[in-house]
Amino acid sequence: MHKFLIHKRGDHVGVATSDIAVGESVIGVYMDDDSSVEVEARGDVPLGHKIAVEACEPGGAVIEYGVQIGKAPEGLEVGDYVHTHNLKSARW
Amino acid sequence: MKQRELLGYRRENSRVGVRNHVVILPVDDISNAACEAVASHIKGTLALPHSYGRLQYGEDLELHFRTMIGTGSNPNVAAAMVIGIEENWTRKIADGIAETGKPVAGFSIEGHGDLEIVRRASWKAKELVQWASELGREPVEIEDLTVSIKCGESDTTTGLGSCPTVGVVVDRLVDEGATVFFGETSELTGGEHLIADRMATPKLKERFVEAYTNYVSFIESQAADLLGSQPTQGNIAGGLSTIEEKALGNIEKTGTKEVIGVLESAEAPRNGPGLYFMDSSSAAAEHVTLMAAGGAVLHMFPTGQGNVIGNPIVPVIKVSANPRTVATMAEHIDVDVSGLLSRELRLPEAGDLLMDYLKRTANGRITSAEALGHREFTMTKLYPSA
Repeated sequence: MHKFLIHKRGDHVGVATSDIAVGESVIGVYMDDDSSVEVEARGDVPLGHKIAVEACEPGGAVIEYGVQIGKAPEGLEVGDYVHTHNLKSARW
Repeated sequence: MKQRELLGYRRENSRVGVRNHVVILPVDDISNAACEAVASHIKGTLALPHSYGRLQYGEDLELHFRTMIGTGSNPNVAAAMVIGIEENWTRKIADGIAETGKPVAGFSIEGHGDLEIVRRASWKAKELVQWASELGREPVEIEDLTVSIKCGESDTTTGLGSCPTVGVVVDRLVDEGATVFFGETSELTGGEHLIADRMATPKLKERFVEAYTNYVSFIESQAADLLGSQPTQGNIAGGLSTIEEKALGNIEKTGTKEVIGVLESAEAPRNGPGLYFMDSSSAAAEHVTLMAAGGAVLHMFPTGQGNVIGNPIVPVIKVSANPRTVATMAEHIDVDVSGLLSRELRLPEAGDLLMDYLKRTANGRITSAEALGHREFTMTKLYPSA
């Protein structure tokens, strides 16, 4: 059973559809092609919050829905819990 | 799913409503008391108190008149009473509503006092509510409907589930010839290029970009930290991290059709049926009030963390995909699409559920917000009064 969903292939992040615990190996499903991916969580990810499925270099653009949703000043590693602490708006 | 027949109220100007209100509309804040007194005497009438209407000027005053006249003109309103302190502005609003052909009566308080005006207006309200009570529903078509959309207390589940569900229904409504409004200007930030690219003509695209830039420039000119306001604390608690992420979820609900008009706040559409953008606040009650004044008779409202908003004249249908919210705030949620997250429900089926609920609501089923007495009527104010 999946525990997170990813909008599009190429997105850096997926959204937890159940609470995910640190260290847990969890399956995510890509909504655009129904393929799946397995990721080990590097932090607790509550329902509705994001987990990284692709690494991002420091200062790099973070993509969700196939579109930039902000930037990651310190970068992201696969499995990271992603929220306001490591993802910042590129607009305001 | 079996096609459901639609039944509505066809008004004097042939526009179709799904509710049959007799409203008592204060021109200004100081006329609220008289309006509420009339509504307490005459059952079945609906007073719409608000906070403004004095010493406004310029564009802000124009918006006030447009919202007042638009609200009274809404096809969900069978007849309207207008009560104001001064005769001139009272008459201006009553005359504006009367252009629809529906019964309208205006009363001004100055020189008479509240008690005399409440007496006169109560007699008229009794006559109008009894008249309206005999109006019947008749078969109408989807193309007769104007529907507005806006989400609230969004989280990541709105982008995953409830907004795409609304998007499916918006596409179907537009295909069937209905009119749909979306707006929330500042909440497009990060995806505004996606909306700009859907404008039907280069001129519309230019108007949209100008409206968007003006709105956002004003916000930025206040030099405030918007984190916590846009996105809100509730958005952040629900997992949304940036305005761009919130916007992309929001935009999911607009479907895929081209946009055939750019409207000012509370402006009625002129280009015929289709999808319109209305330059508007993203605050829920203001937004629904403005869209109702533009002529929307039904509203689809995706929510993640659980926004409880309603509107006095327009049924607001809540759709949520957040499994926690549909359990903890069940009394507010009309359509549960949380199965989209567990993948037990697929998007076209979720669209069928919402489309059917929209039709049932149009036919008279009261929404959760109506049952719970949510009647948020909130005017948008552009700048301080003189």
